[in-house]
Amino acid sequence: MASVSDADLKEMTQEERVTALGMRTDQLTGRAMRIEFNPDEEERFEYPWAPDVDFNKRTELDVDELTSTEANKKIRALMQEGYGTIVIKNPRGKHSLGVGILTRLRLIFEGSLGYFGVGLLDGPNVTINGRVGWSCGENMLAGTVVVEKNAGSTFGAAIRGGDLVSKGSVGSRTGIDQKGGTIIVGGDTGALTGFMMQRGRMVICGNAGKNLGDSMYDGTIYVGGDIKSFGVDAVEGELTDLDKAWLTRKLIQYGLLPEKGVDHFTKVVAGRQLWNYDNLEPSEKKIVL
Amino acid sequence: MCGIAGLIHKGKSSNVGGEMTAMLQALKHRGPDSTGYAVYGEGKEGDYIMRFVLAEQEDMNKGFDMHEVVAERLKEVEKRMKLHGAVIKGREKATDYAHRFIISHDGDTEKMARHIEDIEGVEIMSMGNGLELIKDLGDAAVVSEQYGLENFQGSHGIGHTRMATESDVDIRSAHPYWAFPYNDVSVVHNGQITNYWIMRREMERKGHRFQSSCDSELLAVYTADNLANGVSLEESLTRSIEEIDGVFTYLVATKDQLGMAKDTMAAKPLVLYESDDLIAMASEEVAIRAILPHEIDTTDPYDEEVRVWQA
Repeated sequence: MASVSDADLKEMTQEERVTALGMRTDQLTGRAMRIEFNPDEEERFEYPWAPDVDFNKRTELDVDELTSTEANKKIRALMQEGYGTIVIKNPRGKHSLGVGILTRLRLIFEGSLGYFGVGLLDGPNVTINGRVGWSCGENMLAGTVVVEKNAGSTFGAAIRGGDLVSKGSVGSRTGIDQKGGTIIVGGDTGALTGFMMQRGRMVICGNAGKNLGDSMYDGTIYVGGDIKSFGVDAVEGELTDLDKAWLTRKLIQYGLLPEKGVDHFTKVVAGRQLWNYDNLEPSEKKIVL
Repeated sequence: MCGIAGLIHKGKSSNVGGEMTAMLQALKHRGPDSTGYAVYGEGKEGDYIMRFVLAEQEDMNKGFDMHEVVAERLKEVEKRMKLHGAVIKGREKATDYAHRFIISHDGDTEKMARHIEDIEGVEIMSMGNGLELIKDLGDAAVVSEQYGLENFQGSHGIGHTRMATESDVDIRSAHPYWAFPYNDVSVVHNGQITNYWIMRREMERKGHRFQSSCDSELLAVYTADNLANGVSLEESLTRSIEEIDGVFTYLVATKDQLGMAKDTMAAKPLVLYESDDLIAMASEEVAIRAILPHEIDTTDPYDEEVRVWQA
């Protein structure tokens, strides 16, 4: 590629500039991209097959006598009919309810969910007026999930985006493998919270269990209470004004701002000693661990 | 995977047989191979309830004279009981191979139990004043009907649905385990114990017997050893987190207590519900919802957590 001078770049449009620098702006023609996204910015974040739902169109669904599969199919059918607000009655701790919803929807559960509730979401706003079992919100891409009570272990495992909130306490390994988004816990969290976290933010208003942030590569964890112990390569960072402003805004949003504010929060980040671990000398590996 | 469940009523008796059946049936998907109960009734002071099997369920289909063999074993059990001075005050049988005796005995019950188990194919499921330990192949509905547990009145109980991963699908490897020879103590477990053989050899050197090669039995023997040495249930559960390696959540029941312990990684689930008069816990909330359909608050115990409740 021929070199381009700074003067030439200044004269170019953005599209010409990135092309001259060897980057491509034309639409990807891979099958997934062609189907998923329209190059028109206004529509590109909608799945073409997503039902056109109306938030003002509300219905209730009693799942007491339904299996999880039947309930999930029924939710989809209601979305196809244009219902944008669906209230689920009597979930009674059933597993895997409300999973794989890839469009906007207001979904309200009047009760508690079992394991793997509302996983694989991309867009809906979910409220759960109860508690959830293990792995709630796993792999969420976008949207919000607010759990009014406690949550089980692996809360928000591998989430990539959106806000996942439990107003109560959660189990162990919260946010394991988190790759983005925000996890907020109103109460305490168990051992190995933030294990192998890669990106995103986590807020624990109460206490954190042992090995917090173990082997985290990046991302930020804020803890309002006591930390039993730090995991490997998790270190305390400086709580800046920007952090405080963000924390305050987020916690107000979900009604979890402590009376004494956020100045007492501890910020935990990656020490980055494990980065490029394989390239370290054996003696260095021992020091890092 | 396996499912465990337990409940304890504070200061009152209830239909724990029916409640445990509902809870265990809700956990069937976690373990379809066998189901077991350890339920605690109101035994008469001075009497022992002994539940024992004379053969494995699958053995009953082997050989044309198996029923006669089992009948002979039963006679031998009765003979040895009398030899040790036990008086048989009541007898029931759920199947040809599973029996329930009410006995009175003033002598050395451990010695008698060891002598009875010396008969080929005979295993004592439980012996105690309140404990009745039942386990067999099939789901909770099948086992409950077979053993008439649907209306069993008592204060507390623990149960297990088993997915066999480390040993055979048979009664011997099913849970709960009785903490032989410690009367009224039983254990259910979900997990894998990785220092099983080291600990087993240690226990065997102390004279404890193992009926199966299931790692969960170690917890029963370990608990029995601690209790026999005057260690409290809570202390035994706490010590186990240090001394037992692996991932585990397990429940222990005694005549008037129910306890739980969770390993250092909190890798195996347990959901807990507590109210003023009832404590219920299970691997999944659906099991608790099977007896408490209304909206309830539950929690997940944390790593290294130990709890003990009194009936």
